[in-house]
Amino acid sequence: MAALSVNGQTHQVDVDPNTPLLWVLREQIGLTGTKYGCGIAQCGACTVHVDGVAMRSCSVPLSAVAGKQITTIEGLAQNGVLHKVQKAWIDHDVPQCGYCQSGMIMAVAELLKNKPKPTDADIDAGITNICRCGTFQQVRAAIHAAAASA
Amino acid sequence: MNYVPKMNRRSFVITAAAAGGGLALGLEIPFGGPQVIRAQDGSPEINAWVVIRPNDTVVIRVARAEMGQGTLTGLCQLVAEELDCDWSKVTWEYPTPGQSVARKRVWGDFSTGGSRGIRMSHEYVRQGGAAAREMLKQAAANEWKVPVSEVSAENSVITHKASNRTTTYGKVAEAAAKLEQPKDVKLKDRKDWKIAGKPLKRLDTPDKVTGKQVYGADLKLPGMLNAAIKECPVMGGKIKSFDAAKIEKMPGVKKVVQVGDTGVAVVADTWWQAKTALDALPITWDQGDNAKVSSESIAEWLKAGLDAPEAFVGNSNGDAKAALASAAKKVEAVYAYPYQNHACMEPMNATARYTADKCEVWGPTQNGEAAFGAAVQASGLPADKCEVYRMHLGGGFGRRGAFHDYTRQAVLIAKQMPGVPVKLLWSREEDMIQVRFHPVMQCKLVGGFDAANNLTALHMRLSGQSILADVFPQNLQNGKDPLTFQGLMPTGQEHAFGYSIPNLMIDHAMRNPHIKPGFWRGVNINQNCIFIECFMDELAQAVGQDELEFRRKLMSQHPRNLAVLNAVAERIGWGKPAPQGVYRGLAHMKAFNAYVAAAAEISVTGNKMKVHRIVGATDPTYAVNPAQIDRQVSGSFVYGLSALFYQECTVKDGAIQQTNFDNYNSMRIAEMPKVESIIIESGGSDPWGGVGEPTICVAAPAVLNAYFKATGQRIRSFPLKNHNIQMA
Repeated sequence: MAALSVNGQTHQVDVDPNTPLLWVLREQIGLTGTKYGCGIAQCGACTVHVDGVAMRSCSVPLSAVAGKQITTIEGLAQNGVLHKVQKAWIDHDVPQCGYCQSGMIMAVAELLKNKPKPTDADIDAGITNICRCGTFQQVRAAIHAAAASA
Repeated sequence: MNYVPKMNRRSFVITAAAAGGGLALGLEIPFGGPQVIRAQDGSPEINAWVVIRPNDTVVIRVARAEMGQGTLTGLCQLVAEELDCDWSKVTWEYPTPGQSVARKRVWGDFSTGGSRGIRMSHEYVRQGGAAAREMLKQAAANEWKVPVSEVSAENSVITHKASNRTTTYGKVAEAAAKLEQPKDVKLKDRKDWKIAGKPLKRLDTPDKVTGKQVYGADLKLPGMLNAAIKECPVMGGKIKSFDAAKIEKMPGVKKVVQVGDTGVAVVADTWWQAKTALDALPITWDQGDNAKVSSESIAEWLKAGLDAPEAFVGNSNGDAKAALASAAKKVEAVYAYPYQNHACMEPMNATARYTADKCEVWGPTQNGEAAFGAAVQASGLPADKCEVYRMHLGGGFGRRGAFHDYTRQAVLIAKQMPGVPVKLLWSREEDMIQVRFHPVMQCKLVGGFDAANNLTALHMRLSGQSILADVFPQNLQNGKDPLTFQGLMPTGQEHAFGYSIPNLMIDHAMRNPHIKPGFWRGVNINQNCIFIECFMDELAQAVGQDELEFRRKLMSQHPRNLAVLNAVAERIGWGKPAPQGVYRGLAHMKAFNAYVAAAAEISVTGNKMKVHRIVGATDPTYAVNPAQIDRQVSGSFVYGLSALFYQECTVKDGAIQQTNFDNYNSMRIAEMPKVESIIIESGGSDPWGGVGEPTICVAAPAVLNAYFKATGQRIRSFPLKNHNIQMA
């Protein structure tokens, strides 16, 4: 039995400690906003924050996150107020199919925390998620808009 | 007046609610009165397309699938435009294919491929909105005892000006639902559109930024188990044996089941447990003769087809053979296009629950009726005992339309665990090798000029795989696959050739390897546009002519092709100096009844190519949501350029070798060019064109033509990574 802190709540989970965090979130805790895309940390659809750092949860075993604070897309909004990245995503109508966007938004939220006014080069270096619908043009515009917002 | 849906309302309501929403229909028959079909919450259905709640919320039914392309919002705009309703009160729901069958296909075609979501249903969905508006007006007029000609409707409010009375759609919906449907209500002129034609925001965004959106892969049902599957990695092969005892005691494992002759699945409490156990399961395959096939053997076979005497003719005029024989100058080139995978972000999945008298499926599908057909067939139950609840798709790109192998598998697994809902999810690795692939094709082109350097003849010989021969053999025409000639067909067809050449022969030597082909976003225009548009540059360069001017001379009979080509040429600055080190290329195409063109600007440094900018022009005849068209255009360039630079599925020992995004790459944001989208809405009475697919095909030839300008190197096989050309 392991205790896991997700979005400010503690959950007791009883699974193989080698189980990837992604599947603990999706199947033990029931938070399905974090997506399975590749399972090998290539696509970024499973991105969550572990102690504030963006990680690809498909490749992080449960045993590695004990005692750490995990934030998923469901926990990004605070007190019912959307995060500025989520707001910018709505304003710019970013998602198409939307499946990769949870991970994309989590990656961008971390980028903006570290680089509040990112340049295009910062975005290119920091955002490596795959989006098969090809929303990148809107993603870039929305990142700059989120950075410009309060 | 309304058809009675044949279903158990109670059980349906429960299941739809479990799926996180959806639509349910009930039937109310007041004493002696007419019948009203009701939505799940009891609100009256005005007609199949429109439900209005007492609080004025307008629920629009969407038969086509939303997979990111924005069709859902566009179709709602078209209905709302004619309905004259308040857009801020519009929401939507998916009718189910089972209800549609029970109501004599009242929602028409569910198929959402071939860029047909809007272009093939705009007329009847607008009629649905217009008829509902007239019924609502009539109900108000009846209540006020005034002629309907004296009432008007706008923004969900009905007004009788003479008496200064108003009411709302919500207030008269009950009465309106009891009226006869008017027929053939006149549709609005384009110039009067207030909701359609506008760059409105999508209706489905908010849940996609909070993690709330439930995709098929996310579905949870009470008591549900999870399944992982492996099919024989060599298509056409079978299961020989598997040793279930080796894994049956692993954590969570409930059952190991064979799926047809070709697959084996593990059912467990969680998917991770199922996958872990499946990976440990000893399986012996009978791979069959196809295990001898390789990419090299396929390429040799196709190459022989380039000069084979037998071929299906797709488009011809004059006498190309004679004209080439007497040409003053000839130019020849051979191109080759690989297998490719759709690589939807959400791997294939479906959830099924089977009992002896009911089969239910939840899943992402581009064609609810195809999924329904798969469920009926796999379950062995009559159609009225089957139902499919449609979910949003995490990408489709053609993979989730005609092929419902994953739906079939889910039902076959669920049949072995009656009463238990089982969610089948493919691993990415399974998704990479069991897809229905973009077909392989080679093409030999020979062009002939007269002594004055006029192009007098073109022979274009395709050699490769037919999709229809495998998927819809009933659609072959005496063995010919007309779809192979997409973008090369005679003038007037929806995928017509954009040039007039005095002596033309375009033919196809069909060669069908065992790798299953499928519809990959854009389908056969992807390779055909590279073949013809790169070769047009080769021809122009062979006679020292400007590539744009050379094309224009052959396009006088193709004014809409010419208009989009001219639009991108002008915007990119064709004929004017480019920035230092920057080179330009062009391409155009008519497909899915839309006209598209691209102009690219690139630079090359060593083995790195940077695509700086692409201008795309689209003429879909009518533009329902320009903002979403812009997004389809920029997304299409990502899809097309990912394919050009990175994507190839190779065959070794009969099996596909690429297994994940580490060996089947896709573009990232750093590689994204600046995209400028030009929308030309030519209007008139030509058929409406599709938007989701055509633009993909012009990306590659525009970039390849620019690459030749930059380097003098003409690339004729793909992807570019095979030529050590990297995307910067």
